[in-house]
Amino acid sequence: MATTYRTCPASGLQFEAHAEKLMKWNAVAAVLWLLVGGITAIGVIMTRWPAFKLLPPDQFYTILTAHGVDMLLCWIIFFEMAVLYFASSVLLRCRLATPKWGWVQFWLMVVGSVMTNVAIFQGESSVMFTSYVPMMAAPHFYLGLILFAVGALIGCFVFLGTLVVAKKDKTYTGSIPMVTFGALTACIIAIFTILTGAGILLPTLAWSLGLIKEIDAQLYRMVWWGLGHSSQQINVSAHVAIWYLIPAVVIGAKPLSEKVSRGAFLMYILFLQLASAHHLLSDPGMSAEWKVLNTSYFMYFAVMASMIHGFTVPGAIEAAQRRKGFTNGLFEWLRKAPWGNPAFAGMFISLVSFGFLGGISGVVLGTEQINMLMHNTFYVPGHFHTTVVTGTTLAFMAVTYLLVPTLFKREMIHPKLCQIQPYLFGIAMSITGLVMMGAGTLGVSRRHWDMAFSGAPFQYEWPGAAMLMMGMTGFFGMVTIVGGALWIYLVVGSLLWGKKLEGGAVSDKPTPIPAATPAASASHHGSDHVGVPGTVVLVMALLVSFVLYYFVNWKYLSEVWLLS
Amino acid sequence: MADNDNDDVPFMQKLLDNHFLLVVIGVVSPTVLYTLWGIVDIMNTPLAK
Ligand code: HEM
Ligand SMILES: [Cu+2]
Repeated sequence: MATTYRTCPASGLQFEAHAEKLMKWNAVAAVLWLLVGGITAIGVIMTRWPAFKLLPPDQFYTILTAHGVDMLLCWIIFFEMAVLYFASSVLLRCRLATPKWGWVQFWLMVVGSVMTNVAIFQGESSVMFTSYVPMMAAPHFYLGLILFAVGALIGCFVFLGTLVVAKKDKTYTGSIPMVTFGALTACIIAIFTILTGAGILLPTLAWSLGLIKEIDAQLYRMVWWGLGHSSQQINVSAHVAIWYLIPAVVIGAKPLSEKVSRGAFLMYILFLQLASAHHLLSDPGMSAEWKVLNTSYFMYFAVMASMIHGFTVPGAIEAAQRRKGFTNGLFEWLRKAPWGNPAFAGMFISLVSFGFLGGISGVVLGTEQINMLMHNTFYVPGHFHTTVVTGTTLAFMAVTYLLVPTLFKREMIHPKLCQIQPYLFGIAMSITGLVMMGAGTLGVSRRHWDMAFSGAPFQYEWPGAAMLMMGMTGFFGMVTIVGGALWIYLVVGSLLWGKKLEGGAVSDKPTPIPAATPAASASHHGSDHVGVPGTVVLVMALLVSFVLYYFVNWKYLSEVWLLS
Repeated sequence: MADNDNDDVPFMQKLLDNHFLLVVIGVVSPTVLYTLWGIVDIMNTPLAK
């Protein structure tokens, strides 16, 4: 297919015409699903807020199913398709392989996501996004998910094909850029995720059509979490790639060591998906050997890889800042970082919240013994709102501040509001996550319409703190929703009314990277060898917090059985 | 990549540049260690009487 290449004058990034269109459409679809997911979040949060209890039970479970599916699958995976096309075609400056298949990807995902949502809102598929058997949803609930997944799988192959095109056309030398390597990691995990998903959803569809008599509940849970957990690791890989991208573009940061960072991505490829087993720590059907090997020995390699990224990303920022002359004391580089740039601020809050809240709570939940304290409590959604929301969602929001001018050629409207948005959303959701975890530690259940068990023959007296935390969850959850709505308004508003920007020269051949542009830093190779004492202190703070919190949980555990 | 076929490129770099090998490793290893082993475990769980 004939194509053209546009070089953005401000960033130097090059957009091939097909890739550009696909990125735009996938990003727009993502934002629309975030809008639907955000509206359902109001229903969820106002129902769990004990003072309001907005929805009746049947509607609550319908809305909660929609919230899980639309946020976790639709919003995130549409956006990830745009990330894959960006990391391949744009960063490697080559044409997109098989753009026709790119459109098949897009339309399958559109049809699939709409179909599943129709099933959910018809009310007969309130099975939560995990759809555990023997709860049965309508057949088109599963069929929609399958179409959506096939679309995403095709997107992965278009990405891999584009790597081949770039190699054949020699649009880069040596290894692919770090950000592209991170996207490759996401793509590999996505392929495993989707194949596993097909392995369980196809039989479940057949079962809902009456073609199969039953599906073993334990088998379903085991295979389903190969999909459910791994899909979160696609998100982690994708947002870590964005953590590398934004400082490269904004302040010209280079990885401290290409070798070490790539090695960490390799550990993701090898080990991250095995941690799926941590969802089954309380399941009777799995052997201790299987649980222990998959969740401790192997998972710790993946955790170590995250710690490496958690060190090298701020380290790269510190190194770049020190090279610019911010060398006073331990933290001048941090104080003088571009905090008024919403892309940078969003990225940094994502990093800190993901590391301190999501990471620490994740390791605690993933430890077999102390998992028993929190299993299936409100702690679990507390944990993953600090990974998939303050981590992934906020990173995606942050990179959008860069994409609107370069990809959509529009200036962001209301620059002052843009500056506030990442703080509002990131801090409010971090607090929401924390109080959710607090409530969960006190025993409040997740996915529960009525924690008071009104009318039950035996009453349980909740400690006042549990009620307080649930109220705070409600309040800060609503503040987060305001922060998310603000982002949607700013992005959609900019696309509609933002000042049009110069698109840049168009040519029918790929162009070389203009030197000294953000594009040059993003596709750059090589490491920055500068001492980073400030980052070492930050990482030590993380480790100390982790050890203390871990210990506290073992102490709680000992008190459960009154052994102390 | 193409210019990595010569011998002075370190082994790890060759591995990391071999994208399709990484795809195979990343799909096969969890399929064996998690899924297949998991299925074996479940098959070995005795049925309740
Ligand atoms: C915008 C603000 C948001 C608020 C206030 C919010 C609030 C909540 C709450 C309170 C729950 C727990 C319900 C329960 O267990 O009873 C929940 C569940 C969930 N949320 Fe969110 N959420 C928000 C955004 C997001 C985003 C952006 C994502 C994903 C990217 C997400 C993914 C999920 C998932 C997967 C569940 C689990 C559903 C289930 O248990 O089936 N949420 N949300
Ligand atoms: Cu998991």
